[in-house]
Amino acid sequence: MDVIEASNIVKRFGELEAVKGVSFSVKEGEIFGFLGPNGAGKTTTINILCTLLRPTAGQAKVNGHDVIKERSQVRQSIGLVFQEPTLDDYLTAEQNLRFHGYAYGVPRDVLEPRLKELLEMMELWDRRKGKISTYSGGMKRRLEIARGLLHHPRVLFLDEPTLGLDPQTRRRIWDYIHDLRKRENLAIFMTTHYMDEAENCDRIAIIDYGQTVALDTLEKLKDGVGGDVISVKTEDNEEAVRLLEGQYKFKPGIENGIISFTVSHGEEFLPQFVSGFPLRLLSIGLRRPTLEDVFLKLTGRNIREQEVDSMQQMKNMARMRRH
Amino acid sequence: MAIVFRSIWVIAYRELLRFVQDRPRMFSSFSMPIIFLIIFGAGFGRLIGQMMPGVDYIQFMYPGILAMTVLMTSVMSGVSIVWDREFGFLKEVLVSPLSRSGVLVGKAVGAATIAIIQGAIMLVLAPIVNVPINLGTVLALLPLLLILSLSLSGLGLLIGARMRSQQGFQIVMQLVIFPMMFLSGIFFPVSGVATWLAVLSKLNPVTYGIDAIRQVFLGAEVAGVTVFGHTMGIVDSAIVVAMVGVVLLTTAIWVFNRQE
Repeated sequence: MDVIEASNIVKRFGELEAVKGVSFSVKEGEIFGFLGPNGAGKTTTINILCTLLRPTAGQAKVNGHDVIKERSQVRQSIGLVFQEPTLDDYLTAEQNLRFHGYAYGVPRDVLEPRLKELLEMMELWDRRKGKISTYSGGMKRRLEIARGLLHHPRVLFLDEPTLGLDPQTRRRIWDYIHDLRKRENLAIFMTTHYMDEAENCDRIAIIDYGQTVALDTLEKLKDGVGGDVISVKTEDNEEAVRLLEGQYKFKPGIENGIISFTVSHGEEFLPQFVSGFPLRLLSIGLRRPTLEDVFLKLTGRNIREQEVDSMQQMKNMARMRRH
Repeated sequence: MAIVFRSIWVIAYRELLRFVQDRPRMFSSFSMPIIFLIIFGAGFGRLIGQMMPGVDYIQFMYPGILAMTVLMTSVMSGVSIVWDREFGFLKEVLVSPLSRSGVLVGKAVGAATIAIIQGAIMLVLAPIVNVPINLGTVLALLPLLLILSLSLSGLGLLIGARMRSQQGFQIVMQLVIFPMMFLSGIFFPVSGVATWLAVLSKLNPVTYGIDAIRQVFLGAEVAGVTVFGHTMGIVDSAIVVAMVGVVLLTTAIWVFNRQE
């Protein structure tokens, strides 16, 4: 069963067309990654799916409910964790969760055991009576995930769930997410900027300039790059590039003095290339393509390279520290 | 409909919870009225003497000071929306199944409850400043304070419904709330002042609230607001305040629903 069905979503803000007809579906129990450079339309799409924005055109259903006509059923079926914290700093962790439980109409006899279960899972049970203002960034994020799950949603939206967190906390949050999916057959819809994190997804949609440019499993996306990535360093890189383009008909790229290009069946290609190449090779390597290569090929951009990105991240971190 | 009631109580519950946890805010809404009462009372008291037969300046001012406490607390309900928006919590509320109209009414109910608690605490000062108080007075005050604080929360929420920063709210506070406070007959009777001042005062809903509260404490003789030759009684004034409140709150809900 599909818990999210989006068909041809369009969102215009005046002149600007932020989303230009995005379609996809998310299955029950699936971890679905939504990737794209900043300003590609990711947040707009999420806001449409969680009823914060109305689409200009197109249709979307979450858990079988229309996001325009059945907003409150949609809201009841989803849990959300935003990039920026949305907790009440003046209340304790427990009070924040209870507020959420009351707001979503969770019956009292369900609420208390559920609250305990989630706080224990997120390792926050001992700190449940602590005010949020005393929580660290990682604790806040874990609490928000717990809160998003309190009312037994069918889909959990995670917008950059580990942004600004240290590697250890990131790994732990990922352990919880996998655990959750197993326990509750929950679908997870997430955005991230971390390529290594996207590897946790069952399927990935890459969106650029408001359009889906790819949607597949990670393996298939990598295959789409065209086999294996060969990287070589030679005594004369310029000449090597010329040779690779002319004689071998590759499309080599050069970065930090290393030339890389893709070939199918890299293992078989390698010995024959080494013996036949006229220039002296200083080093040669072969690797499977990463999501980074996929991204670069499809959008022509490196996902983290933009200036805006790091600025945004600094802002987020400053924000988290302030709280 | 059930969802609207749920929204109202959940939001009001959270406002109260926060009020209990946030001690500084609790004291800050008392400080200004009490400072006015003490300083103006001591400063003008002897100079002015009797305001009317049997009523000295501090007795005259006290009911207004009570209303001022309610005014401050109620209008603060508006800043709580701005605060929630700035710190992200509003998003949690907006993506929940709660009804937006219910959320606003809940904020007003929460603020009104807090205002009444603070008003009740201010009543302790009544015997100290020689204002007569008994059970009848308290029972008559309760609905008046409730109506006044709900209406003024409507004003606060209308200001806060769209505002993005607390600085903005502070500016509006100073441009709207302070004039409203000084033009409400807290410190001087609105009858017997220059016509332009009297007109402004009569356009101010707080004037009616204060006049009604004053009459509850000091009797119908102190009634000081006449509209088209009719001297406003307690019930007349309460109706005016309630009507203004309905308009303010409805507008606030409309503005809040239109955004995002």
